[in-house]
Amino acid sequence: MRSRGGRYPLRVLALGYLGAVLLVPVGAVIWRAFGDGVAPVWQAITTPDALHAFWLSLLIAAIAVPLNTLFGVACAVVLVRHRFPGRRLLDAVIDLPFAISPVVIGLALILVYGQAGWMGGWLAERGIQVIFSLPGMVMATVFVSLPYVVREVAPVLREVGTEQEEAAWTLGASPLRSFLQVTLPAIRWGVAYGVVLTTARALGEFGAVTIVSGRLAGQTETLTLYVENRFEAFDLTGAYAASLTLAVLALLVLLAMTRLQRKEGH
Amino acid sequence: MSILVRHATRRFGNFTALDDVSVEIPSGSLTALLGPSGSGKSTLLRVIAGLERPDAGTVEIDGRDATGLPPQRRGVGFVFQHYAAFKHMTVRENVAFGLKVARRPKAEIRARVEELLELVQLPGLAERYPSQLSGGQRQRMALARSLAVQPSVLLLDEPFGALDARVRKELRAWLRHLHDEVHVTTVFVTHDQEEAMEVADRIVVMNHGQVEQVGGPRDLYEHPENAFVMGFVGPVTRLGELFIRPHDVELRLEPNGTTSEAMVERLVHLGFEVRADLVLHDGQRLQAQLSREEAEALELHQGQIVFVRPSRTRQFAS
Amino acid sequence: MAASAVSRRRVGLGVRGGDALLRGTVTLYLSLIVVLPLTAVVWRSSQDGWAAFWRAATQPQAMAALRLTFTVALVVAAVNVVMGTVIAWVLVRDEFPGKRVVNSLIDLPFALPTIVAGITLLALYGNSSPVGINIGYTRPGVVLALAFVTLPFVVRSVQPVLMTMEPDMEEAARCLGAGPMTSFRRIVLPTIAPALLAGAALAFARAIGEFGSVVILSGNIPYRTEVASVHVFSLVENDDTGSAAAVSVVLLAASVLVLAGLNLIQRRRTRHAE
Repeated sequence: MRSRGGRYPLRVLALGYLGAVLLVPVGAVIWRAFGDGVAPVWQAITTPDALHAFWLSLLIAAIAVPLNTLFGVACAVVLVRHRFPGRRLLDAVIDLPFAISPVVIGLALILVYGQAGWMGGWLAERGIQVIFSLPGMVMATVFVSLPYVVREVAPVLREVGTEQEEAAWTLGASPLRSFLQVTLPAIRWGVAYGVVLTTARALGEFGAVTIVSGRLAGQTETLTLYVENRFEAFDLTGAYAASLTLAVLALLVLLAMTRLQRKEGH
Repeated sequence: MSILVRHATRRFGNFTALDDVSVEIPSGSLTALLGPSGSGKSTLLRVIAGLERPDAGTVEIDGRDATGLPPQRRGVGFVFQHYAAFKHMTVRENVAFGLKVARRPKAEIRARVEELLELVQLPGLAERYPSQLSGGQRQRMALARSLAVQPSVLLLDEPFGALDARVRKELRAWLRHLHDEVHVTTVFVTHDQEEAMEVADRIVVMNHGQVEQVGGPRDLYEHPENAFVMGFVGPVTRLGELFIRPHDVELRLEPNGTTSEAMVERLVHLGFEVRADLVLHDGQRLQAQLSREEAEALELHQGQIVFVRPSRTRQFAS
Repeated sequence: MAASAVSRRRVGLGVRGGDALLRGTVTLYLSLIVVLPLTAVVWRSSQDGWAAFWRAATQPQAMAALRLTFTVALVVAAVNVVMGTVIAWVLVRDEFPGKRVVNSLIDLPFALPTIVAGITLLALYGNSSPVGINIGYTRPGVVLALAFVTLPFVVRSVQPVLMTMEPDMEEAARCLGAGPMTSFRRIVLPTIAPALLAGAALAFARAIGEFGSVVILSGNIPYRTEVASVHVFSLVENDDTGSAAAVSVVLLAASVLVLAGLNLIQRRRTRHAE
């Protein structure tokens, strides 16, 4: 089933489509960004607003990713090892963030945690502002990136089984210690891959965060929001520069994904 | 350290794994839990270890009620069929695990690990990872690991089931030898009657979640209490309601008034022994087993007419 | 052995109270972050009564947006079915230098922020396009944005099936005189059909909700290139949360239906196989 004459048309079609849709556009952005040289790009990325947006994106990811990782591992344990009514419902709910539009997620969070929302008023009385502030943005990011660690860890956990943990119990280790010292190392590549996917999703979030943040430049603007801000202001260099930063991060993520796929035996 | 299980019952949904099982395991003995798949033997072992909680019944280890204790506090060592090696730790770290949990001083741990690796004949492999060991080596490491914390009871769940035949035979002998040296109360689960007969002092035969009979290998073989035990522990051939061991079937060339006539349908040469598939006048089939010399003396061949008489038979109430 | 298999599955962390606590924490997290907010959307959509819901959902601009969204999503799903299969086929069955790099790049839409995808596509196919193609602010622009974003779904769904397919069946067919197209139609297609369907369903569900890339590339012209998610966005900006919730519920229902249907079909298939 190796290459024959009939291979070429298909190959050209596939690579042509990929080129037209994926590769050439990315190349165009790089070419466009550096159209006037490196200096303008560097200037654009190092404006105070741009830098703030960059660090804000990283900060939000630094909060959302560990939260979802802890949840992801715990949830994987519950899904794989526990039997209880409603397990299938839990399974379905976890997949919801995959299927919902980010703007709907933004709306949903406002309805609950906004000033006029179900819990927003109660929280405001206690001086906690969620919407138009960091907690809301973190929440939106947590929502959209929620399923990745669970979905990557669960199958690995199922395969590892419980015998190693049981062996540790008989050797005197408490359940928690056994989990941390025996099971966790066994599932570490699944966790790592899940973390990479979660980070990518968190850094790239736009729709939900744009609704929930109020988009105050220099305050509640993430890097993705900054890109749109520059685009709307016709500052294409600024938009391209920020896009480039995000694209570089994306490529790093891709690299990590590829390395980890091999470790996990994908 | 003796083990006493009283009226243990364990159900999984509609399936009853243990049905009011009571068993006593004397201190220092090497006992086998023998039975077919689904007989409850693994469940019983796990109940003793505390890895499984019985729906009813109690477990006593060395006089103390262990029923409510988690496996961490029962002082049991457990060896799994598929080794349950800690894959990300070296052999040394595996064996040292229990000692580290017990916060023993480093020097003591190092000495003990060396001692154990010598005992299980794995010296020099301390820095290897389990994936670099053979199945037999992994199981011996697992054994060393469980012995490290000086358990009062050692439990093994089909320990040689995942190994190939030759390694299995080696490790069987080795386990027996180890027990003779170390004298820990040991219980192991197997479905292989040859293994149980060869290794254990006492055998608990189980079926459908119940204990069928308890006794030494010879006891079970020669004085089985029911048809199941007789058939499970050794070969059986039947004549109506009579249960006979094939080597208790006498063959003669001449009738003598107590014999029945039979034809040799098939002869199977099993190395040292010969098995004859016989057909009686009324169509009933019987199997006889004799030594090579006996078969040669009779000049046994296919189609030959012989005269048979079972020298020992058993009959069981239905 | 049935008994031990079942007993293994029932093992929690080995601590009675600990298991319940874990389950409780997981449920609380999910409830606060996912379930509660989504319930709020559904509730808000019907808060002013069903008449108001119906009015909001069938309002002309909303209808136009929804119609455009579902149409384009179907088109893109169809495009993905074809191109996704071609790409998966080439990645599995063909050899060429750089194949591994291309394989990794398929995941780029998963890693790249949607807003950057929009900017990227606009740079090449917008009004200052170096190749003279301008589909910014047009419906084809919407299709292109969605095609970018949903590219990996069908490819990654079909790839593993193709990889584990043994060439025996196709070779047998060839011996019996089947040409490559027939062999594909009769043997390969039925085998990959379930994965194809799953990938297309996921692509569809993703496409109807897409926002970031479309917002840049389409120009969001009401009745022309405004998709449902952008319409919801503008409703939220205008504080009309009731209408926003109504349109959102339509989108939600569509996603849930598609995914539930997929789930059901997959479960029936596994039951059939047994």
